[in-house]
Amino acid sequence: MYFNSLAAALQMDGHGAFVWSAYFITIGVVAMMVYAPRRREQRFLRQLEGQIRRSEGGNPPGASKEV
Amino acid sequence: MWTLFHKFGSPPWLYRLSGSILRWLLPITLLALVGGAVWGVLFTAPDFRQGNSYRIIYIHVPAAVVALAGYYVMAIAGAVSLIWRMKMADIAMRACAPIGAALTFVALVTGSIWGKPTWGTWWVWDARITSMLILLFLYLGVVALYEAYENKALAAKACAILSLVGTVNIPIIYKSVDWWYSLHQPASIKFTGGSTIDPSMLYPLLFMITAFYCLFTCALLLNMRVEILQREQRTAWVRALANKGAAG
Amino acid sequence: MTPAATVTFCLRLLRRQLVLGLRRPVELGNPLLFFAMVVALFPLGLGPAPDTLAAFAPGILWIVALLSNLLTSDAVFRSDLEDGSLEQLLLAPQPLYFSALAYVLAHWLLTGLLLGLASPLFALMLGLAPGAIPALAASLLLGTAVLSLIGGIGAALTVGLKRGGMLISLLILPFYMPVLIFGSGAVQAALNGNPAGPFLAILGALLCMSIALAPMAIAAGLRISVDT
Repeated sequence: MYFNSLAAALQMDGHGAFVWSAYFITIGVVAMMVYAPRRREQRFLRQLEGQIRRSEGGNPPGASKEV
Repeated sequence: MWTLFHKFGSPPWLYRLSGSILRWLLPITLLALVGGAVWGVLFTAPDFRQGNSYRIIYIHVPAAVVALAGYYVMAIAGAVSLIWRMKMADIAMRACAPIGAALTFVALVTGSIWGKPTWGTWWVWDARITSMLILLFLYLGVVALYEAYENKALAAKACAILSLVGTVNIPIIYKSVDWWYSLHQPASIKFTGGSTIDPSMLYPLLFMITAFYCLFTCALLLNMRVEILQREQRTAWVRALANKGAAG
Repeated sequence: MTPAATVTFCLRLLRRQLVLGLRRPVELGNPLLFFAMVVALFPLGLGPAPDTLAAFAPGILWIVALLSNLLTSDAVFRSDLEDGSLEQLLLAPQPLYFSALAYVLAHWLLTGLLLGLASPLFALMLGLAPGAIPALAASLLLGTAVLSLIGGIGAALTVGLKRGGMLISLLILPFYMPVLIFGSGAVQAALNGNPAGPFLAILGALLCMSIALAPMAIAAGLRISVDT
């Protein structure tokens, strides 16, 4: 560990704000890169599932037999 | 070889494979990113000229390197899809563009944050920054072209051509921007280019570059999975997957 | 297909494009008018001080030439796609490479050439030193040919789209940048009393390379656009 204390690590001789903000922005973008496609995948599967259920609901398997 | 080639063309196979790869690659990548960042930020000595602000290098350089490599990945995928008409290749190409744009964005933003304490301004029209900005434009152009086409198969072909044109042009753009900058270089700004980097700084940097490559791979696979599902939504295996997802 | 037949075919195609262009002289003047108007914007925006204008003149003239080329690029293939003659062209036995080259050459003759020839006038209006004017005209003549070829790629990729106008600028402006750098560099060099030759040589090299490669991309783009 290069820094002696947490405060020194946060401060970094006045450069702390720059370094930490750069890292936080990167964390945000990386999180988006990983999270966004996963969410799109989940949402798409849910949508498709609803679609399938609706199309089956409109035409339930038993309905044609009764007519 | 050819069976592997055909397997890569098969969407359900690729979907399952990417799932099993991501299951271990994604946690490892995220751990490596965090570990490398901690290593770089807390456990290395400061640069004797730039002080602590140089610590941004551990995200700035990897993001820039991978963003540039990503364009070539995109162009190669585009070439494969044009030549062999492989469906998975144009899905991969499509998935590259937003990831590359995001990484280029990271490189630009971190570079400009780094520039403030080092050069005293947020933005300098320096050769490398300008080239990265142009790279961002190239990526966004591909995204815009893809979105403009209604027919996604044609969109992929058009983007493949555009990315190949871009590949030919990137070296020219880089060289010309480099040359342009050397012509106009203002005397007040000095760069630390040419200085050798100490191993204690180099190893975490190389580690982070590797981690960013893994991140690119993960994001590529994640984006490809969504694209595969959307293109194959009428097939039985996707429908079965949707039903299973609802049940589970 | 014999080479001679291909040449005659391309010459006929070129003549057709030129005749179509010359039939509408007002439209032919539009890029020049645009050039003049944008040049007039700069003194209004930057102030009329001759020194400032003269210092910025190489860059201004080149950027305006680039923009007016960009705006005309959009229309290279549009009318031919709408009336179906582009589809005929794709079915023709002649290699599409040379046909694409003929289209681009016609576009350059109708825009870049005129722009290059008229540029000394605008250069004088901005107070560019007379010594730099030959370099400006030469660099514009060479550079706009490269721009037309690159613009042709963008036009071929977007011609099938309904809203292509804005998109084409986003696609091809990054590729225009090297031309801008060397073109304005040539004028700047002449202004500083250095030889402009090396810059013109680089522009010539860019032109050779884009003549070799751009028609292929244009041909591939046209095949996609006709499908839509």
